[in-house]
Amino acid sequence: MIVAERKPAGEIIEMVKDAKKILVLGCRGCVSVCSAGGEREVEIIASLVRLGLQKLGKKAKVTEGSLVRQCDKEYIDAIDQWKGKYDAILSTACGVGVNFISTLRREDTVFPALNTSFMGGSVEQGIWAEQCAGCGDCVLHLTGGLCPVARCAKSLMNGPCGGSVDGRCEIDQDVECIWQSIYDKSNRTGQEANMDRIAPIRDWSSAGHGGPRKVVRDDLTV
Amino acid sequence: MSFTPDIQAFVCHYTSQQTLAEGVEQLKADGMPEGITLNRLVCTGKLQVSTLLKAFENGADAVYVVGCPADKCHNRQGSMRAAKRVLAVKKALEELGVEPERAEMFHTERGFHPEFLEAAKQIHAKISTLGSCPFKGEDK
Repeated sequence: MIVAERKPAGEIIEMVKDAKKILVLGCRGCVSVCSAGGEREVEIIASLVRLGLQKLGKKAKVTEGSLVRQCDKEYIDAIDQWKGKYDAILSTACGVGVNFISTLRREDTVFPALNTSFMGGSVEQGIWAEQCAGCGDCVLHLTGGLCPVARCAKSLMNGPCGGSVDGRCEIDQDVECIWQSIYDKSNRTGQEANMDRIAPIRDWSSAGHGGPRKVVRDDLTV
Repeated sequence: MSFTPDIQAFVCHYTSQQTLAEGVEQLKADGMPEGITLNRLVCTGKLQVSTLLKAFENGADAVYVVGCPADKCHNRQGSMRAAKRVLAVKKALEELGVEPERAEMFHTERGFHPEFLEAAKQIHAKISTLGSCPFKGEDK
């Protein structure tokens, strides 16, 4: 899922302080799962907005709502139900949602309530970790299913480096050396031959270095 | 002008049981400060961050939670969950430039212990010193 965190309340207030009618718009997709932008968080953020504006001596009508997702056109169209009730949308979706609203609602002002962090998973309750960098050329079949692009501090394709000590990364003892884990996993699963393979110099154009990326599926387009 | 803070207390069934049985007059006689409203919960673990924030929206100068001792909650982890939510509110208050001391967590034994009353006196004294909550800003 896409993992995100709420922006500091002061930063949010600074964005919306001149609006008179604010729609705090949640997303029931990924950010709901990581407890950053679902319906419960909308309630909290709306409350923080009301309190922050009160402190400034400002008044605004704050409306709360949510969409199934903010990354599909048909769901964005549902914003029409709040027509006339806002002059600014404070989206609690990831950056994708904010971009979608901004693009599809040409006249609407939209602000981000969250900082979009990474693609990851919940490793334990309340803790999420990055697992995928979306680099567009997956090598997980060669690395025991563990991603060196997202989980190695240097995104090395031939690791580990000399900074690996006792399975930990030199940047921080709390960071696992993913190349040590790749080595261990490959050995456990009979794929140790992959460790002898020298990965060639990589073409990073699929990782966004060639500009914004797009996937076109001719079998699905109409 | 004298200031009587509006303090909203969120207390669990077990820690507040005896206190609530005392009745208003007896509580007053025991030294319960004025301006404190006790909101009773089945368990403080049920308490949401939004409930505490809503109390501020409704004009509270402070909120506090009284739950079971952290390692002896009747519902195992309820009071620990509440403590984390109070921390989240403290952080949010700081982000908005408001004293985080306006939200506090207390862990007390069950029944009418002096600690329950002491918690009320402690926060009342603190908020009386801090004064009215900055959320009660002037209209502009």
